[in-house]
Amino acid sequence: MIMPFCLSAERFFYWLELKGPPGARFLQRKAVTLIITLFLLGERKVADIMITISEVKKIYQSKAGPISAVDGVDLSVGEGEIFGVIGYSGAGKSTLIRMLNGLEVPTEGTIDVNGQSVSRIKGRKLREARQSIGMIFQHFNLLWSRTVLENIQFPLEIAGVPKKERTRRANELLALVGLEGRGEAYPSQLSGGQKQRVGIARALANNPSVLLCDEATSALDPQTTDSILDLLVDINRRLGLTIVLITHEMHVIQKICHRVAVMENGKVVELGDVLEVFRNPRQQVTKRFVKEVSQAQESEEAMQELIKHYPTGKVLKFTFVGDSTGQPLITSLIRKFDLEVNILQGQISQTQKGAYGTLFVHLDGAESQLGEALQFAESQQVKVEVMA
Amino acid sequence: MMIETLFPNVDWEKMWEATLETLYMTGMSVLITFVLGIILGILLFLTSKENLWENKLTYTVTNSVVNVFRSIPFIILIVLLIPFTKFLLDTIRGANAALPALIIGAAPFYARMVEIALREVNKGVIEAAKAMGAKTSTIILKVLLPESMPALISGITVTAIALVGYTAMAGVIGAGGLGNLAYLDGFQRSREDVTLAATIMILIIVFAIQIIGDFFTNKLDKR
Repeated sequence: MIMPFCLSAERFFYWLELKGPPGARFLQRKAVTLIITLFLLGERKVADIMITISEVKKIYQSKAGPISAVDGVDLSVGEGEIFGVIGYSGAGKSTLIRMLNGLEVPTEGTIDVNGQSVSRIKGRKLREARQSIGMIFQHFNLLWSRTVLENIQFPLEIAGVPKKERTRRANELLALVGLEGRGEAYPSQLSGGQKQRVGIARALANNPSVLLCDEATSALDPQTTDSILDLLVDINRRLGLTIVLITHEMHVIQKICHRVAVMENGKVVELGDVLEVFRNPRQQVTKRFVKEVSQAQESEEAMQELIKHYPTGKVLKFTFVGDSTGQPLITSLIRKFDLEVNILQGQISQTQKGAYGTLFVHLDGAESQLGEALQFAESQQVKVEVMA
Repeated sequence: MMIETLFPNVDWEKMWEATLETLYMTGMSVLITFVLGIILGILLFLTSKENLWENKLTYTVTNSVVNVFRSIPFIILIVLLIPFTKFLLDTIRGANAALPALIIGAAPFYARMVEIALREVNKGVIEAAKAMGAKTSTIILKVLLPESMPALISGITVTAIALVGYTAMAGVIGAGGLGNLAYLDGFQRSREDVTLAATIMILIIVFAIQIIGDFFTNKLDKR
């Protein structure tokens, strides 16, 4: 359908045999152009997909019989996206990420990364494809026998880059990850966070299109974890790099991921924008993960205690998502209604696609004012729940 | 003066000659054992279970050969290898004639040490190299060998010291060296001072090997 259009728009419209008075024909043309534009946009979106995982299964043979590590996973990851896979140990996330660069071969299904069918290719082709897929690891996996600079140069040596260019590139990467001046140190002289920075620099050496992070922050303390995550976001923005990470920490997902897949027993049980999953977790396992960071459980238990102290009025829970977190809801409530507003507890979590927060307030006043206030709050972009 | 009263029967020129022979035999056999042992050790490691070239048949065959040659007492091995040495060098006398037995005796011993050293290399690092698109030859040369180098060096140190002992035994087939001197001039002629002097020379050689080996092991270890 695109071919004739490319040759000549006029001929294409002629080919469509648009008829009728000139005015109507003009509108028809507009309509056709619109349809084509939408079609092309759709095309573009398809081209923007970096990773496609379709119907992938991985079955290990063990003495106790076959074990299904990954059981029918369908996923796609867009270019430039930070995609997180979360699950408890044994959920199959590690096997899944290792299939993305062919360290594991799926028993069934196909995996495409950057136009290469990594689940099918072997030998030299697979090795070449791997050079454009960087990977970082939980335990960094640096060569202790090499200095930091030599470690970063290793993938370049594999790719056959000349020595001069290797040194230049390694120094450039050292600066990118904030380790200037540490090039001659050995890994044993670095802290965990610094080692992971070297790991990241090494993974980026061959200008990969995808970066795989295998529990990259699980061996680090919270503060170092945050600095590594900030670095990953920075790299994602600066280089437009697609990042796939697996983790068992919801904090990591919340802080840097755009989309998340929740895995349990080899299956993806929940998939969506991080913000959406946070606001509205459906599966039990997802709810547990979300609670980890929002501490909703803790606050709800505390809330039951608090509610006892307010025999009159209402206790409300507001859930803010995205832009609505910036709204002066409380100010409006106080100004517009003759109410006493008492903030009991509140919390806001930042995600890559905006903020997510909850606020518990106690409202007291005349019954009619309370009703109106409730209606007003609901008319804002805020989810309102009456707790008591 | 002192030395002459302590060692009245020692012919120092002969002693020095024997020392050089021992050093020659040890040096040559260590060199060849190092290369051969690493090749055999890599083969054992790579063909073992869940490894890059996993191959049960190759592993079992190599493993058996290594075990058999490691089990034969060296003094018997020398005798067993006499026809082989004769075929190879057309003589069974002299320092060179000791080399086949020394190498065949020591290489399997060292190969086992190499295998153990390679097993100690962090699996994650090998996986990282694979993930970077490294060939097996790159993994061997740039990951396995450098990452196990301290263990390989301390292994060859132990092997070299064992080889010094073997060269003494090789004296039996007329290979020369300090062992030969101690046995013929010392033991058979009841000149204890010659035996003692030869022993001291051997001790010096062993200590020197140990010191050199330790130095390189420590220098190479950046962990």
